[in-house]
Formats: sequence, C-alpha cells, structure tokens
Amino acid sequence: MVPLLSVEGVTLRYRTRDHLVTATYRVSFNLFQSDRFVVLGPSGCGKSTLLKAVGGYIQPTEGRIRLNTTNITGPGPDRVFVFQEFDQLLPWKTVKENIVFALTASGKLPRPQAEERAVHYIAKVNLTEFALSYPHTLSGGMKQRVAIARAMAMEPQILLMDEPFAALDALTRAKMQEELLQLWEETKFTVLFVTHSIPEAIRVGNRVLLMSAHPGQVRAEVNSRGADVPDASGKALSARIHELLFGEGTQQGVANHG
Amino acid sequence: MVERTELFHEVSTAGFDVVEKPLSAWEKLYDNGAVRKTALLAILAGAWELYARWLGNPLLVPTFSATVGALFASVASGALPRAAVYTISMLLKGYAAGLAIAALLTAFATGTRIGADLLETLTAMFNPLPSIALLPLALVWFGLGAGSVIFVLIHAVLWAVALNTFAGFRSVSPTWKMVGQNYGLSRASYIARILIPGAFPSILTGLKVGWAFAWRTLIAAELVFGVSSGSGGLGWFIFERKNQLLIADVFAGLLTVILFGLAVENLIFKTIESRTVRRWGMQA
Repeated sequence: MVPLLSVEGVTLRYRTRDHLVTATYRVSFNLFQSDRFVVLGPSGCGKSTLLKAVGGYIQPTEGRIRLNTTNITGPGPDRVFVFQEFDQLLPWKTVKENIVFALTASGKLPRPQAEERAVHYIAKVNLTEFALSYPHTLSGGMKQRVAIARAMAMEPQILLMDEPFAALDALTRAKMQEELLQLWEETKFTVLFVTHSIPEAIRVGNRVLLMSAHPGQVRAEVNSRGADVPDASGKALSARIHELLFGEGTQQGVANHG
Repeated sequence: MVERTELFHEVSTAGFDVVEKPLSAWEKLYDNGAVRKTALLAILAGAWELYARWLGNPLLVPTFSATVGALFASVASGALPRAAVYTISMLLKGYAAGLAIAALLTAFATGTRIGADLLETLTAMFNPLPSIALLPLALVWFGLGAGSVIFVLIHAVLWAVALNTFAGFRSVSPTWKMVGQNYGLSRASYIARILIPGAFPSILTGLKVGWAFAWRTLIAAELVFGVSSGSGGLGWFIFERKNQLLIADVFAGLLTVILFGLAVENLIFKTIESRTVRRWGMQA
C-alpha cells in the first residue's frame, strides 16, 4: 500500500541569531489514509519543526517529504494546520467568516457553497449559536473547536495539529480529545498530531512515533488502541513509552503513578 | 488527620435582598461619559463668560456670548464656512497624497530589506522635523499657494502613517501569517486580507496621528500665508480678523478649529474604531 505521506530521512536545521540548530536528524515515517498519527516527544525534540516541514513552511536540509508521491515544496490548502495558539483565528472575522474565508481564499469553493459547508462544520463542533460571534468573545476551548472546524471544512488530505489542546485546562482538554475522536469516527480524516503528553498520545493516536531530543531522532513507533492497557508482557503502554523515551532508570516513577 | 463528617446544605431560591435591579435614571446619566463631559463644558463656558464680564475688555477676552454671536454672524455672512471649506479641501488633498506616498513606501519596505532600511532611516530623520519648519523652503520651491501647503501636509502625514503601518505589519502575529500562507494566498491578497487587518490597530493610530499633525500644520501654514497672500483658509480668517481687531471673530475662528478637530476625532475616528478594532477585540 502506498503511504499518503512519507517522510524519508528528514534532517531539519534552522538558524538562530548565533547558532545553527539541528532540530531533527534523519527522521522517517509513513502515514496512511485515516491514520491518527501522533508524534510524541519531550520539548526540544523538533516535533513542531517537523510538523512545520510537513506543512511546507520549512525545507528539509536532507531527505524528502512526499504527499501522494509528490515532493512538498511549500504551504498549501491540502495540508491544513491547527495551532496551539488561541489567536490562530482571524479576529476581524466572525466564526463563520473565518471558515468561509479559508474556503474561498484557497479557491476550494465559491462563496455560497463555502457558507453552506461552514454552517455544516460549525454544527459538527456544536457552535451553531456562536457562528456570528467574533473570536475574542469565545473561550479557549471554543476557539480551538472553531480552528478544528475550519481545518476540517477545508477537507484537506492531512490535518496537521500542533499541540492543539496544550493550552487548555485538563477537563476541557479531555473533552476535546473525545470530540476529536468522535469527529474522526464520522469522517475518518487523516491527522498528524504533535504532543508532549503521553496520555494524550495514547488516547488520540492509533500509531505513536516516539522521538528523542537534541536533535530529534526516531526512538520507536508503537500502536495504540486508545487506552493504556498492558501488553503481552504485562507492561502498560504508558510505562513502555516512558521507558523508551527516558530510559529504564525512571521507570519506578511511572509505576508509582499507576 | 481529623476525621470529619461530610456536610450538605440546601440552596435557597428566594429571600435575597437584591439579585438584579435596574439602576436609577440618575445613576445611568452619571455613568454616561458624554453627559459628564457636556456638563463640564457648560461649566467652563460659564466661567469664561463671568471672567470676560469681570475683565470688561473685549479686545483682550471677549465674552462667551459675544464669541458665539460672532460665530453665528460669520457663519451667516458665509465668510467662516468659505474659509472652513477651503481649509478642509486643502487638508483632504494633502492627507490623501500623504497616504498614497506612505502606502507606496510601506509596500516597498515590506517587500525588500533595503526598502525597510530606507523607510527606517527616512522616518528617523524626518519624523522629528516639524512640518512647519519646511514651509520657507516649500515657498521657495513651489511659490505661494496650494503647492507649498500640500508639500508640508504630505510631510506631516507621511512619516507618522508609514512608520505606524510598517511597525504594525511587523508585529502581525506569526500565527496569522502562517494561517494566511496555509491558504495559498497571492502576495497582494495576503497583504490586503491578512497584513492590513492584522495591523489595523497600528494603522489607525498612524492615521489619527497623521491627521492631527496635518490639521495643526495647515492652520499654522495658513497663518504664515496670511502675511503675504490672500488664500482664505481658517488660519487666514483668524489672522485677518486679528488685524482688524475683531477679537470675538478671532475666538470664533479658533472655536471652529477646535470644533472640527473634535468632530473628526470623535465622530469619524471613534466610529471607525468601534466598528473595527473594538468589535474585533484587538483593542480594549
């Protein structure tokens, strides 16, 4: 089977004021249709940089990223981003206009159809009564739901989610994870999801890529069934992930947390 | 650890003193800023009237009522409206030309690094230079007349607007920029639909500052012109009436300048502000 997205030996470097930083080193993985592919790693493992490279904002210094066997050369509406920041909605447009603008500006749909689709996706994230509100009047969780609706309305080949729930409180975060899974059940979109939270990775992903830091390298790729269940050897998935990321020594700490 | 039993309480539904009660008419009136400021203005006008009557010298300070009378008389005779229309039309020409040049300069600065350097250098040089200081030079270059006035007006508007717009573009949230790029917008629609609205709070500040500079500069320029030429703006009106010792008319001219300033600030810019940046939550 041909992967939808293939990342092959990708090394990413970027320049700061006085350093050349290697963010990831020879990272490879494949995404297939309807994957909920999670990239998990500690801060500094280059996971966000990697996502930006898939988004086309950064060019790899080595290796290549291909979508449907075509090299990615720049940002495009076939890969739509959901960011961590609450300010990703354009504040000068209402909730509905944010989605309509995304669809018309990218040339996906003419205005009448764009409005119809916007209404449809706003209903999907249960924000119908806020369709005409401006983003600054919404709570953080609602803003993220609009951002998700906007990204889904674009019906891209891949959704790129950069820690979309990281700035939310724990209760809202858990609720949003459930909603995301529900939406996935309905439309079976493909998503590349970046997080630094082990429970979130297990809950959201069906496949989890573990990355080590400085520079980011692939440590493992594991499967998840959505719950933190023990495998054949009797070890919980979270414990295995913790071990792979941080080594044997810290295993005790996880066991204590149950 | 102290063992305690769990506690449960019934929540009452009535018997509160006040849950929600409308404010009295007086409280509402006092909360209205416009009402408070109008009252203050009335008090100031009263104080002026009393002082002028006590002084009893209309060549130094005419009374408030005499000023209002002179204002009505000048409006009725058509002299003041003619002067005001002349001033406003001059101002609009200069403002529009200043904005157009600021737009070009900012576009160049946004597109290229050397353009940005040019804009920063020019602004650093010319922003501290009061436009009126350029008037003598303008008179040499463009002669007496509209050309010179428009030249100094452009100088008054250009730097404030260009500087604020460019600073606004630079401070547009990187997330919005990435969102715009994600949709594959063309360069022109990226500027029009992401950068300009994203930088609108700063752009508006630039427009306001530019307007204020231009207004002050124009009145001052007309006063200078009054010495040597007959072009009849508000500044000229004030200068001419002073020569004729019609001090109440001078006050009426000044009052007109104030009224126009207030009207533009409070009607035009406030309206733009409340329909844009305030509605969008981009400015408190």
